[in-house]
Amino acid sequence: MHELSIVASIVDTVTETLAALPDTSKGARVVEVRLRVGALASVVEDSLQFCFGIATEGTTLEGSRLVVNVLPVVMHCEKCDEDVEIEGVQSFRCPKCGEPCSDLRQGRELEIEAIEIDEIDEVEEKI
Amino acid sequence: MTTRIVELRRGILKKNDELAAELRASYAAAGVLVLNLVSSPGTGKTALLELTLKELRARGARAAALVGDLETDNDARRLRTSGAPVRQINTHGICHLDAEMIGKHLDGWEGVALGGLDYLFIENVGNLVCPSSYDLGEKIRVVLLSVTEGEDKPLKYPTMFNSADAAVITKMDLAGPCGFDRETALKNINEIRPGIRIFETSAKTGAGLQEWLGYLEEARAGRII
Repeated sequence: MHELSIVASIVDTVTETLAALPDTSKGARVVEVRLRVGALASVVEDSLQFCFGIATEGTTLEGSRLVVNVLPVVMHCEKCDEDVEIEGVQSFRCPKCGEPCSDLRQGRELEIEAIEIDEIDEVEEKI
Repeated sequence: MTTRIVELRRGILKKNDELAAELRASYAAAGVLVLNLVSSPGTGKTALLELTLKELRARGARAAALVGDLETDNDARRLRTSGAPVRQINTHGICHLDAEMIGKHLDGWEGVALGGLDYLFIENVGNLVCPSSYDLGEKIRVVLLSVTEGEDKPLKYPTMFNSADAAVITKMDLAGPCGFDRETALKNINEIRPGIRIFETSAKTGAGLQEWLGYLEEARAGRII
């Protein structure tokens, strides 16, 4: 249930990013926010979406889409000596040889990958 | 109107992660072993910690605790009976501790300096979900599971169990009356976190405590990664 604090942090980061953009991008509107969330990141997409609607009200992110790209767990299997994708999060065994794996290579990500913005063209602005 | 993509690739909890990295460096510089205790509410974190603090002090070690709860300082008062310095952190509704809260409570903790400690225990808010996302700079994350909770807890909360470095099964004195299936519980923990160190304790009878204390001493001496 910490999705609201996570979303609040997303709003802060995106707002800071917009402020740091060059002058030509001033007044840009955020259309989409893309996240990369690992299957072990402990956040629920429905909850994120719900909180996103609330937390973005009255900000430059208001009305934007939140796209959550869920990344599967990837472990390094010592026996096969390669990175293997684990299906689900109920068993951390190599799907090829069945060996238990403890070396996590992907799955805890919680990051903003990119934002899509609409910039107001100068010509448009003059009209 | 021009549509443009701005790449960020920025961690959402980056601020917490950076603070946690600073804390980790200060713990290492002070030579204090820091453990983060996580579990559901009522698993027995405080009971295990009460005994642990008492026993470590009896062995001449300098141990202290930070304890997190939404409200009340009941746990801190209870833990202080061990004689160890204990500071309560009230989160007032927040479901986890974060690195900033730890930093703030370490600063200005009267009579306690990291350099004067061998062990610092952080008892997190009782919650098996949210605390898993927040690094507190700890060396060891300990997840607790009581025999009254059911053997499938690791399967239900894989994110927490997978992020732990050690697991403690508590209330072993109730294993019989609860019909606790020990083999299944051990199997489930290992399925989610293969190879993790598992302790089976009872704060009531003291069972398993020596092994747990031995582990802490080994970890303190840097013999366990």
